[in-house]
Amino acid sequence: MSLLPDFALVLFLLMAAVWTVAARDRRDSVIGFIVVGLLLSLAWIRLNSVDVALTEAAVGGGATGLLLLRACARLGPIETEGAHPQLPLRILTGVLCAVVAAALATIVLFPIEPAPTLAPAAAAHMSELGLGNPVTVVLLAYRAIDTLLEKVVLVLALIGVWALTPDLLWGGAPGSLRAQQSSGPLTFLAQVLPPVGIVIGVYLIWNGADRPGGTFQGGTVLAAMWLLVMMADLREPPEIRLHKLRQLVVFGPVVFLVAGFAGFWIANGFLSYPPDFAKPIIVLVEAALALSIAVILGMLVAGPAARAPR
Amino acid sequence: MNVLVDAFTIASVSAGMFFFLAGTVGLLRFPDTLTRLHALTKADNLGFGLIVLGLLPQSPDVASGVKLVVVWLLVQLAGASASQLIAQFASKGGPPA
Repeated sequence: MSLLPDFALVLFLLMAAVWTVAARDRRDSVIGFIVVGLLLSLAWIRLNSVDVALTEAAVGGGATGLLLLRACARLGPIETEGAHPQLPLRILTGVLCAVVAAALATIVLFPIEPAPTLAPAAAAHMSELGLGNPVTVVLLAYRAIDTLLEKVVLVLALIGVWALTPDLLWGGAPGSLRAQQSSGPLTFLAQVLPPVGIVIGVYLIWNGADRPGGTFQGGTVLAAMWLLVMMADLREPPEIRLHKLRQLVVFGPVVFLVAGFAGFWIANGFLSYPPDFAKPIIVLVEAALALSIAVILGMLVAGPAARAPR
Repeated sequence: MNVLVDAFTIASVSAGMFFFLAGTVGLLRFPDTLTRLHALTKADNLGFGLIVLGLLPQSPDVASGVKLVVVWLLVQLAGASASQLIAQFASKGGPPA
């Protein structure tokens, strides 16, 4: 009986995935992708991975979906001839996908007994860091270098988007995000929701130390509130030449790097923390990262500059 | 006492599920956008409200109960705003191309 909802979930996931690939219209396809993201986050909850579920819902379904929708709107009616891949390329893509699916199926159907795991090793040293959430421990302590590079990649992605700005407009503000008609309900939502959303975002970041939550989830919620305010036209997107904006973009990675290099003096090397101060340092780094993630995601969705600097 | 509380939960959540079912049937069967929205908001408001009401006595502490109510209020706010937006687009002749 308890398996019934899981089967239904898997069925819906497959249907949404097929719809995403098969949909003719670009926007239909993106909406399918968002649905897949939301269903996937439910699947992660069923697998007891609440951290992954939160990230999938916020980033996979929410932020990425919004990015793709914006991309659709920008592409508009442009329909180039070369956009449809040739038949050999399609066959190759299909074969590669089938190989990946078959490999995953083999691993799931014939697991190695006992399954290799690092979970006991990860749990063994958690108390030394003073954190209660093993996912945060892995992300900010054991594999901190991966997390650091991930955040640097985000900065690079934003530089990539900004690089699409035409020379004449360089330094200007991205195009307005507002809908074509002004809308009372949207303005109302953008006035009422942000105070609540900011509290929830900060709560997710703070909570990440001991319970599910963390920088990416919280940062995405903060970005969503900012985007809502920009969409309702209560605030314009800032000009990309502003020093304050650029400082916020690199603030998180810089704090992370400083904490990492400080490890040479106060602990045993790059990105290692002294046992007594591990938790405060990690929480500080997380807060700085979340702020930068919020700014970067907001500016990624806003896109390259579309107006000349004033 | 426990049996009574459980019975209340089952009754309330079942009633909530009924509204979701009715809302989904309405979404699939009603002829135009505004009536479909009407059906959908019934599921959101009443159905979800009844489910939260049913789950309240099961929450382990006051904080969890308050969180449940906050989730319900946020869903109300988001659902109402989203359906207003969709209705606005629908009445002005479809979304922008």
